[in-house]
Amino acid sequence: MPRNAALQVETAAAVAAPLISVRSLTVDFFTARGRFTALHGISFDVRPGSVLGIVGESGSGKSVTALAMMRLLPDHTARITGGQILFQGTDLAHAAERDLRRLRGRDMAMIFQDPTTSLNPIFSIGHQLREGLALHLGLGRAAADRRAEELLALVRISSPRACLAKFPHELSGGMRQRVMIAIALACNPKLLIADEPTTALDVTTQAQILELLRDLQGELGMAIILITHDLGVVAEFADEVQVMYAGRIVERAPVADIFAVPSHPYTGGLLHSMPSLEEEDPALLPTIAGMVASPFAMPPGCAFHPRCHLAGADCTRAVPPLARVGAGHDSACIRTAHV
Amino acid sequence: MGRYIARRLALLPLSLLLVALITFVILRLTGNPVEIFLDVNSTPEQIAELTARLHLDEPIPVQFFIFLRDLMTGDFGESLQFNAPAAGIVLERLGATLTLASTGLGLAMTLGIGLGLVCAVQRDRAADFVITSVAVAGQSMPSFWLGILLIQLFALKLGWLPTSGAGGIQHIIMPAFTISAFLLPNIILITRASVLDLSHEQFVVAARSKGLSRGRVLITHILPNAFNPILSFLGIQIGALIGGSIITETIFAWPGVGRLILNSIAHRDVPVVEAAVLIIAVGIALTNLAVDLLQMLIDPRVRRQ
Ligand SMILES: Nc1ncnc2c1ncn2[C@@H]1O[C@H](COP(=O)(O)OP(=O)(O)OP(=O)(O)O)[C@@H](O)[C@H]1O
Ligand SMILES: [Mg+2]
Repeated sequence: MPRNAALQVETAAAVAAPLISVRSLTVDFFTARGRFTALHGISFDVRPGSVLGIVGESGSGKSVTALAMMRLLPDHTARITGGQILFQGTDLAHAAERDLRRLRGRDMAMIFQDPTTSLNPIFSIGHQLREGLALHLGLGRAAADRRAEELLALVRISSPRACLAKFPHELSGGMRQRVMIAIALACNPKLLIADEPTTALDVTTQAQILELLRDLQGELGMAIILITHDLGVVAEFADEVQVMYAGRIVERAPVADIFAVPSHPYTGGLLHSMPSLEEEDPALLPTIAGMVASPFAMPPGCAFHPRCHLAGADCTRAVPPLARVGAGHDSACIRTAHV
Repeated sequence: MGRYIARRLALLPLSLLLVALITFVILRLTGNPVEIFLDVNSTPEQIAELTARLHLDEPIPVQFFIFLRDLMTGDFGESLQFNAPAAGIVLERLGATLTLASTGLGLAMTLGIGLGLVCAVQRDRAADFVITSVAVAGQSMPSFWLGILLIQLFALKLGWLPTSGAGGIQHIIMPAFTISAFLLPNIILITRASVLDLSHEQFVVAARSKGLSRGRVLITHILPNAFNPILSFLGIQIGALIGGSIITETIFAWPGVGRLILNSIAHRDVPVVEAAVLIIAVGIALTNLAVDLLQMLIDPRVRRQ
């Protein structure tokens, strides 16, 4: 693998070993309509303490990637059919449920898109915070309550003690997401996976939650995988960005380069459809023409070619591999030079 | 919450009044109790005496007024059959009925929730298929028939259990199981459906992302959320449970209120029927209140309304 070797040499000096390495991860779904592949052998690394943004349209496989890394894909319908997820010397893709349980909530944690449904409606906030603390740290009721209060203060909830006794329906969406973050941070995880943590919130709350996440990342130094379909969010927050399309990574680059020199036509399309401050009406923004390919009817070759303005006959021949186009910058397009 | 209970209890007399009215009307529509109770060669004096004792010589509105006045004081008059206060006779047998009904209910709940959980966990596998099929078949099987089958097998053929009567544990097994059969199939199916529904909820994945095991999430997160649909079902079915216990008590000669009612209706023992119906109505109202309070206890969202 010459490309990997090059990556190693290039980054070894500047950067520590990856916290988590995903290698050729393939996930298949078995549904009533039949079997399809949701992730086609994707590979990426997350360095300790860094923020990786994953962007892509709906259905591109962002959540599947996140759930696969936590090994929380639905048992009956999804299966990891290939690849590895290396985390602290363990291959999570093949680890036993026992070992995974010890990691979940302690070394790796996750927050979800919809804070209104992520909390159990019938238990108090305190109860739901204490669960993880008791499980991983063996804290008793009093100690867990003290720590829970600290955690709520950490996520800037103004009266943490009162909040412990509240129930989810008594809190706003933004508050619930703060609680979810507090639960995720309970045991100081090394990796936090945030799957569209602000999509369900209003604009002001979105900004507050993102700012909170950024502050906490600075204070606690954990690595974050931030999943979003909003490149604006990524611009402010991520160190590195990875663009997904139809179950593949089509471009990966340091955040500045994605905006300066996008090297995949799909990334270019995403950038064009990004609202800026002057343009008030999002309805006027250009969107990428066409629809995301159905996983049951993948076009031959590059999955994006039916929607691509640069596409030619050669684009249907083979799936273009991710290839190096600049420092730490990869793109999976045979017409990269023309983007 | 205290105010809610107070309001519900304040409304109780209103529903009891309605029950009283319906009982009153039905008992008077279904034939003259005096003629049915006394045999053909009774003297006119006897007939007049009984008619006066039941106030049947008064105009209907006055009869109703007397009936209500008696209700207030808990005095339903003397039983025609037993020559003792009707209320006392009913209350005497209430214990046996409550024992049987609560054993049956407990059995239905434990078995129903347990088997429902097994179905949900083993979804689409053999155990699920067998239990679900039996439950669906059980929904359409008359329970008195089950009672008779049980007697034939365990009492007559195997001789393990007594055919009827009350006494030790061995007496209650078959009747309790027969009563539970009125509710069991639905509790299994409701538990299965709620658990499967709930397991797709985001909070279930979130709970597992904390490091909780599948089993713990099932028992401590999913199951508590499945209780309320089951309780709602019980609230609706409490009438069916009482109907079931009347049938069951009769089959197994269980000395409870159910058998007493059937017997008293047959003999037109009006005071006993009235007393029993009203006591059952109080029981239904209190059970429904208990169901509502339990649901509030379980789910804070219900509490708020
Ligand atoms: N539980 C599931 N059962 C069947 N198919 C699924 C399931 N979850 C995801 N998929 C399929 O896998 C593919 C990737 O979905 P995924 O949820 O990862 O998309 P996403 O990038 O997170 O999109 P979004 O922005 O809408 O969250 C889609 O085709 C989706 O239909
Ligand atoms: Mg998603």
